[in-house]
Amino acid sequence: MNNKTLNFSILALALAAPLVLYPVFLMKVLCFALFACAFNLLLGFVGLLSFGHAIFLGSGAYITGHLMLNYSITPEVGILAGVGASALIGLIYGKLAVKREGIYFAMVTLALAQLMFFFYLQAPFTGGEDGLQGVPRGFLFGLIDLSDNLTMYYFVLAIFIAGFLLIYRTIHSPFGQVLKAIRENEARAISLGYKVNNYKLQAFVISAALAGLAGSTKALVFQLASLNDVHWFMSGEVVLMTLLGGMGTIWGPVLGAGTIVGLQNFLASGPLANYIHVVMGVVFVVCVLAFRQGLVGELQKLVRKNF
Amino acid sequence: MSQDYILETRNLIKEFKGFTAVDDVNLKVKRGTIHALIGPNGAGKTTVFNLLTKFLNPTRGQLLYNGKDITRADSATIARMGMVRSFQISAVFPHLTVLENVRVALQQKRNDSFFFWRSEKKLDEMNDRAIELLDSVGLKEFASARAVDLPYGRKRSLEIATTLALDPELLLLDEPTQGMGHEDVSVVSDLIKEVGKNRTILMVEHNLNVVADLSDTITVLQRGAILTEGDYATVSADPRVREAYMGVEADQPANDEEPQDTTPTAPAAAEASL
Ligand SMILES: Nc1ncnc2c1ncn2[C@@H]1O[C@H](COP(=O)(O)OP(=O)(O)O)[C@@H](O)[C@H]1O
Ligand SMILES: [Mg+2]
Repeated sequence: MNNKTLNFSILALALAAPLVLYPVFLMKVLCFALFACAFNLLLGFVGLLSFGHAIFLGSGAYITGHLMLNYSITPEVGILAGVGASALIGLIYGKLAVKREGIYFAMVTLALAQLMFFFYLQAPFTGGEDGLQGVPRGFLFGLIDLSDNLTMYYFVLAIFIAGFLLIYRTIHSPFGQVLKAIRENEARAISLGYKVNNYKLQAFVISAALAGLAGSTKALVFQLASLNDVHWFMSGEVVLMTLLGGMGTIWGPVLGAGTIVGLQNFLASGPLANYIHVVMGVVFVVCVLAFRQGLVGELQKLVRKNF
Repeated sequence: MSQDYILETRNLIKEFKGFTAVDDVNLKVKRGTIHALIGPNGAGKTTVFNLLTKFLNPTRGQLLYNGKDITRADSATIARMGMVRSFQISAVFPHLTVLENVRVALQQKRNDSFFFWRSEKKLDEMNDRAIELLDSVGLKEFASARAVDLPYGRKRSLEIATTLALDPELLLLDEPTQGMGHEDVSVVSDLIKEVGKNRTILMVEHNLNVVADLSDTITVLQRGAILTEGDYATVSADPRVREAYMGVEADQPANDEEPQDTTPTAPAAAEASL
């Protein structure tokens, strides 16, 4: 099976999925998959571990939620505003973070994210502990009513595909080639005349904007923006999804997000509901120890062995 | 300032926590020459390279490139000005292909390196030039191999091809033949001679055959300071150099730094002694 048929089969599956699975569940998967893909652009393709990526997800959610609640704008405008806000925060945070290396980069991103978390906790427009509830989905382009879950699902799917394609193109662009060179050997890239911080910054902003896109979309899906979206738990979760699925692969974060969200949903309704975090922790440890390449890596191995 | 010198250091000093690794070095590299920097292990040669390319900041002193003060410039800017280095530890992009390694360097001269919306297929425009460069170092048939899978000597050749892709005005080579078998050494040595025809080269080199064969000027570094300078005949006749560089065993070839002794020492190399 070549790549094209694979991609078309996945698309067909995605289009038909709401026939079998709840659209809300599927939309949740798509939002987190996009979030993880955005995160993976940094971790997997530049080698930067951002430990505060929830702030971009959450900022998108808050801005879109706030605007949809208080102004009569259409959802696509609300989403664009959320993406813009996340990109802007990404630009400022990125400027401060990309100068640091290795673990210090992770520490700076975490510290900046905590700062923003407390801002959102206190700021009046976020609704504090309650969050923003009852965010209207509105009419897409002023025409299409998104309150129907199936309609909303196809809108979310379209957003996911657009975001996914943008990441795919970024990775397979002249810019992406430089990113890979930086990941592979930063000193060498510098010695060839690349001002690597500028490349890292651009990647950071793209990643932040797409994480914001995921957050804005999620706020419309659940009609909710809350502190959960900006909490460092969320930053940890996206690391987990990406590593579980396979960092530095195109499909890894999607698979990782699907697995984690699926598992959470499954556990939440079963007898282990109170132990979700414990189970997740065990899953994480097992994955990191047993399959270092993530699920995608293991699948590729399996395919190579059997075909 | 005379334009005869492409590179000049003035009272260059680098201290590491009280230890002086580079001690008041005044180095002048004449345009169009091949200039060798030699000296025993730990003399500070790599540190000098790191200072010249601003991978390290000098504690004191001044760096001049083409008469311009570059003491405060950053590494990437210096590379863009035409002074490009290689590394002592072979520096390739391990999981990119050999062709991609060279293309990354060629790409730096283009204007599309920030274009994330453009297809990477555009980069194929550079393939012909990249293959040409690979051919010049004998790596053409490895173009689609991953760099990490190349044997050590070929990685070094790849590094040189990558450096050449920038068409540098001044090439800094840190032990380009280190760890190579005899045949690879002569390939690389011929290559350096060839590329040195229309550019300036400053190289750290331990293989004295190569040094004798290629260099117009040799600077001997010892414990961070310049011991002496001159052409091969002058330098090799200096008794201080024999002592400093070779220790007591002045008759031994100075190839003791080869990390892996793949080939038996060739007769030619055994004859090389100061
Ligand atoms: N980053 C560093 N920190 C501390 N000491 C260093 C550093 N880099 C080099 N040195 C020391 O400086 C001296 C010169 O090293 P180097 O320039 O690598 O020598 P060479 O290349 O001539 O063999 C050595 O004693 C080395 O241990
Ligand atoms: Mg050295």
